[in-house]
Amino acid sequence: MSILDNKKVIIIGDRDGIPGPAIEECVKTAQGTEVVFSSTECFV
Amino acid sequence: MNCSVVKAAGYVLVHTPDMILHNGTTQTTEKITNPDSEYLKKVPEHIRPYEEVVNYAPNQAYIGNITPEELKGYEMPWYDKDVPNSNRFGKFGEIMPQDEFIGLLKISDAFDLVKLEKEFVKVIKEKLSAHPFFNENDLAKIKEGEELSEIEVQVKDHHAEAIYNHGKLVGCVKKAHEIDVNLNAHVMYENLVVKASGILAFKHLLHNNKIDPAEIEYVIECSEEACGDMNQRGGGNFAKAIAESGEAINATGSDTRGFCAAPTHALIKAAALVQAGVYENVVIVAGGATAKLGMNGKDHVKKGLPILEDVLGGFAVLISKNDGVNPILRTDLVGRHTVGTGSSPQAVITSLITAPLDKGGLKITDIDKYSVEMQNPDVTKPAGAGDVPTSNYKMIAAIGVKRKELERKDLGSFVEKHGMPGWAPTQGHIPSGVPYLGFAREDLTEGKLNKVMIVGKGSLFLGRMTNLFDGVSIIMERNPGNIEEKVTGASKEEVKTMIAEAMRDFASHLLKE
Repeated sequence: MSILDNKKVIIIGDRDGIPGPAIEECVKTAQGTEVVFSSTECFV
Repeated sequence: MNCSVVKAAGYVLVHTPDMILHNGTTQTTEKITNPDSEYLKKVPEHIRPYEEVVNYAPNQAYIGNITPEELKGYEMPWYDKDVPNSNRFGKFGEIMPQDEFIGLLKISDAFDLVKLEKEFVKVIKEKLSAHPFFNENDLAKIKEGEELSEIEVQVKDHHAEAIYNHGKLVGCVKKAHEIDVNLNAHVMYENLVVKASGILAFKHLLHNNKIDPAEIEYVIECSEEACGDMNQRGGGNFAKAIAESGEAINATGSDTRGFCAAPTHALIKAAALVQAGVYENVVIVAGGATAKLGMNGKDHVKKGLPILEDVLGGFAVLISKNDGVNPILRTDLVGRHTVGTGSSPQAVITSLITAPLDKGGLKITDIDKYSVEMQNPDVTKPAGAGDVPTSNYKMIAAIGVKRKELERKDLGSFVEKHGMPGWAPTQGHIPSGVPYLGFAREDLTEGKLNKVMIVGKGSLFLGRMTNLFDGVSIIMERNPGNIEEKVTGASKEEVKTMIAEAMRDFASHLLKE
């Protein structure tokens, strides 16, 4: 059971932190989640 | 392997207070989406005067007046502390004020697109005549100037990009074509700024190190702008334009792009070209980006800070054939983030940091200093982006622990010993790996270090062509001093002489018999 189970997820990753696709891979392991938006931002 | 060396480096900053409001995209976007915003009203109250920008510790580090180690001694935040005895000029370059830079824009203008107001011209001509790099020929390029009314008409009726100095209209950049969007006034302004700040860095590199510009054979420009027209957006080429203005009469060049990673790509390319013997002296150079001025301004204003992204950055580095003295670039120890690398921090650090180490049989702790994304944390922390160099060092250390090359308890001391505080302005390509090259050259010759790694990363996804990001790295080390002489085959003449001698010997033997 995960806090992300059956949730729609918006992902904003950080180029120098954890990028969006990496977070997406983690989120996909929760049950019934749907990634509705995923992006990586560069703040520098 | 006879590696190339990093022979010299030049670094410049340009204080551009008016360009924050008029050309920084955070502000220009706000003008479009929310023209009456409180933020826009507050911007002018948060602009630092030139003297404060000169006295600012990270800026003094960028031009070489204080070392990264000395910068560590200044307690953060840095913006409210002055560096004693700070100077506009440093061993690597200078911090140029805006009005002089506007004059340099005109000097750099090959197509008479920059128009400056008459009275302003008089003032900047006098100021620039005191500058060590600008002679009568340069000053003549500024011309006599125009009536203010003519400039106003250009801005109002002909879509010229206005140039302001302390809130006053002092000139404009005209569009270079009636309908071509790639030659409109806005693009020409950005491109002329890159060219002019690149020229300033190039001149500092040559002048401060007494390098004859005629010895430069190739220039690689590696900023983030693109010059070209509607038939070839980004066709180029800033490199040759900068070489021309720097009187590098024997040079050609080209532009290398890769977002913030481009300078490290350029460094590796330059090292390879010199090592292969194609050219003896290659300069990598980049100017600064007006678009990024005040990028995090909203957070700075919200927190009552000055807008700290108030300078353009520029740099130029000379890569030359091995002289037995300057630090060598190990082209055999290069890291690269490949298409298949993946985006997890572990995959990124492995490809950029540990892959080149493994090639050389080295441990993470064998590199004395890592130069990563050297963004100034005074700028990024209040904006919520954290301390970028420190985050990078922590990730490198974590991989070191995983590889059992470092004890977990030594994570903090690794960051302290193998890292540096960030001192470069958030100008994209400017802080990426290369700000340390000047200090690294010193640390690896007169200093005590033996190996450093230069790492550049770039956010390719911003161009909407791929979701990938990018990065490359290279190890730079103390010169062992033994220059390998290239073993060449015998020349045609030598072969002829050898055959002639053999024939003579043979003939003399026959005669004896």
